[in-house]
Order: sequence, then structure tokens, then C-alpha cells
Amino acid sequence: MEIPKSFLGYKRENGRAGTRNHVIILPVDDISNACAEAVANNIKGTIALPHSYGRLQFGADLELHFRTMIGTGKNPNVAAVIVIGIEPKWTKRIVDEIAKTGKPVEGFHIERTGDIGTIMKASKKAQEFSQWASEKQREECPLSDLWISVKCGESDTTSGLASNPTVGNLMEKLEPFGVHLCFGETSELTGAEKVCAARGATPEAKEKFMKTWSAYNDFILKEATNDLSESQPTAGNIAGGLTTIEEKAFGNFQKIGNLKFIDVLEPAEEPKKGKGLYFMDTSSAAAECVTLQAAGGFNIHLFPTGQGNIIGNPIEPVVKLTANPLTAKLMKEHVDCDVSKILSREMNLSQAGDELIKTMLRVANGRLTCAEALGHREFVMTKLYRSA
Amino acid sequence: MSQPDLIIHDEKDNVGVVVIETTKKGQDCSAWIMENDKTVKVSSMNEVPLGHKIALQDLKEGDTILKYGHDIGKVVKPIKKGEHVHVHNVKTKKW
Repeated sequence: MEIPKSFLGYKRENGRAGTRNHVIILPVDDISNACAEAVANNIKGTIALPHSYGRLQFGADLELHFRTMIGTGKNPNVAAVIVIGIEPKWTKRIVDEIAKTGKPVEGFHIERTGDIGTIMKASKKAQEFSQWASEKQREECPLSDLWISVKCGESDTTSGLASNPTVGNLMEKLEPFGVHLCFGETSELTGAEKVCAARGATPEAKEKFMKTWSAYNDFILKEATNDLSESQPTAGNIAGGLTTIEEKAFGNFQKIGNLKFIDVLEPAEEPKKGKGLYFMDTSSAAAECVTLQAAGGFNIHLFPTGQGNIIGNPIEPVVKLTANPLTAKLMKEHVDCDVSKILSREMNLSQAGDELIKTMLRVANGRLTCAEALGHREFVMTKLYRSA
Repeated sequence: MSQPDLIIHDEKDNVGVVVIETTKKGQDCSAWIMENDKTVKVSSMNEVPLGHKIALQDLKEGDTILKYGHDIGKVVKPIKKGEHVHVHNVKTKKW
């Protein structure tokens, strides 16, 4: 198949391009959710991103919170942002960083005004942003404007046999076009960690990966009451035939094909070494991982599933594929790309990779994913430890 | 290119994955090896559902299960060729 050289995206002020054109209402903290949701309810064409945290966090955990908030606002799938927090200082810090992209952003704080006054002020600005964004048109953008993140979920053995290798095939085919790529799931590489580290493009990347994985593994060994056998593999994984974390890890690892990763990113960190594949230190929980990757600036997501994970994200479209014929049949409304014919050998891996490229480009051009059509907007902050 | 009953990732593997809805007890299964495109036969001892593994050889306690050509865990109960391989007879070497 000849791969199209471009897609239709929204060009942003900072030179990036979006596959979506969202106006978001971003609460800084848990207690500002009500206000943010009221604004999104008032003004059509906007979405609120409620979440559970943002108060009394400190140290690395607070920095991660800010990085996730700011990165979400900066994502090119977002046209404009309203930030609402309880206090002015943290609200302003987020607004100022998002403003560096050149996109419209305005902050509101609730203290000394109350919800109702804040909702009124923020709604007026949100209306302005929504109508402004609605005039934006899709334009031809080079394929290199795609920043593609990947994560698998509710995996079973069909993931490692077929759907994850399909993603790997897509990566191998699209890397030469200069796309950014990102995989994560630190804990789910356990068992394959040495094989994964060997895929570092430089000694620094290899070393950074082993350091990141070891830190996660030490934490798990410290906190686990017995072992992780109740969580890794999950009950869904086991029902699908996955027996151990090692088996899951080698299946998971198929998603990067034969590529090497050029750098290891902190959770929600934006890549800075140019085109190519990055590893991001993330939880293996689907919504947490995709939220972090979206905050890192990735604008389209590929999600292979075995038993049928249903996740979506409010700003980054999540394209789902499965190779499990039962999942493709029983959960059809969640599956954007069915590659189950690989198992019956009616389709080979390269054909499946081509199908996934076609599906992904249709979504990049504007087709709603199954998760978008079904209203999945899982926005989940990663929290590193207890608050003060 | 007929439809396989099992798929084996790597020539070195000692397990294969069921890719039909379920195997029947005593079913003579054709197993396709992805790595070298060869096909081998194995008789399924149990009814094994889609996605689950079948042993390609007899395995004793302490043996290593190989899949993708890699170590994916240890045998904790003896396994006969053709038997269902899963959490009841295999455990992780991690954690």
C-alpha cells in the first residue's frame, strides 16, 4: 500500500497540528470541578475535564500534577483553554505556561467570588473561545505532524499474537515519515525489561530505561502485600489465557515492532529530541497512561485490546483494535479496526498494519472513534504519593 | 494456507496458543509456527478455550515455559504434552 503523505489537521500557533479542535474547561483542583462543569454545560462546543486532585500535593507529585495540567492545555488537539482554580497563584502558573503556545487561554479563580460569579465570567470567555474555534478549518498537514502514542489493555494472548504486532508494523512503516511515537507501561514490561532495555538507541537511553524500570519494580516490591498476582495479570488477562506478567510483557513489547527508542520520558513530559520512538514512564492502568501521553503532546492514540477494554480520552482520540474474534463480534461498538483474520491466516501482519494506518488516518482527518461516539472521556491524573 | 488450531510464536517455544473457539478433548490440532512457517501436530488432552495455551512436550516441575522464544515462567505441577497450560500449573518467576 502506498502510504498517504498527509492528513487534514488543525494548524496551531506554535507550529504543531491537532487532529481535534477542542475548547476545554480545565479545573486546577477537585473543588473547581463543579464550576468547570457548569461552564461546559452553559457553553456548547466546550468540554470540562473534571478530576480528583490538585490540593495539598507537594514535591514531585505536585510537579507531575502541574505538568499534566499544562501539557493537557498545550496539546495541539486543544484550540483554546479556560482554567478554573480555587486560588489565583496555581491557576496563573498553568495559564502562563499554556499561553506560551500562543493559543487563547484565560484563568479564573473562585476565592472571594464564589461559584456563581466565576461561572458567569468564565462562561462569557468560553463562549468567545468556542465561537472563535468553530471557524477553524482543517488543512493539509504532513504525516510528521502526527504524534502517535500506544498502550494496550485487557490484553490476552491474541494481543501478543496479532493486535500488538499490528501496531508494531504500523510503527515500522510510519517511522520513516518523521512521526513522533510513544509507548509506556513500565510495570507491564516486567519480565521483558532486559530485552526492552536493549532496544535503547544509545547507552544513555538503555541506562535511563533500566533505572526507571528498577525504581518502579522496587516500589512494587515494597508496597505489595503478597505479590501482584491479583493485579498483574488482571482477571481479564487470565480469562484470556495470559498466565504470568512475563508472558504479558513479551506480548506488550510487540507494539514497538523492531524500532529502537531514543529517550525515556518522565510521566507527562514532552519529548524534546525530535522525531522517533520514546518510552514514557507510566502506570499500566489505561486511563492514567493515555492521560499522561496526551499531556506529553501526543495527538492520536492506538489501543490494541484482547478481551475488550473500552477506554477513551477527552482530548486524544483513542483508536481501538482487536485480534480476538469473540471481542470483535461481542463488543463491535468498541472496535475501530478488526484484525482477527490474522489468527485464521486470512490476513497477514503487513495487511493488518495497512488497515490500521487507514483507520488511524480517517480518525486523524476527523472520523469519530468508537470511544468518542460512545462518550468515553476518561481523564485520570496519576498521583505518586499521599498529599500533605 | 488452512486455518490453524494453534499458533506458536517461535520454534523454541514449548507452548502453543489456541486460536479457534475451543479445542475438543482428543482433538488432533494443527499448530502453525510463525517464525519458520512450519506446521506441527499436537493432540489436545482437554477442552482448551481461545487464547489459552497447550503444552507441546512433557514438562516437569521447575521447567521453564518458553514463548516468543523467551522465559515466561516456571512449571509448578507436571504437565503432559497436549495439556492445558495456565495459572494452575505455571507461575511467574518475578514478584
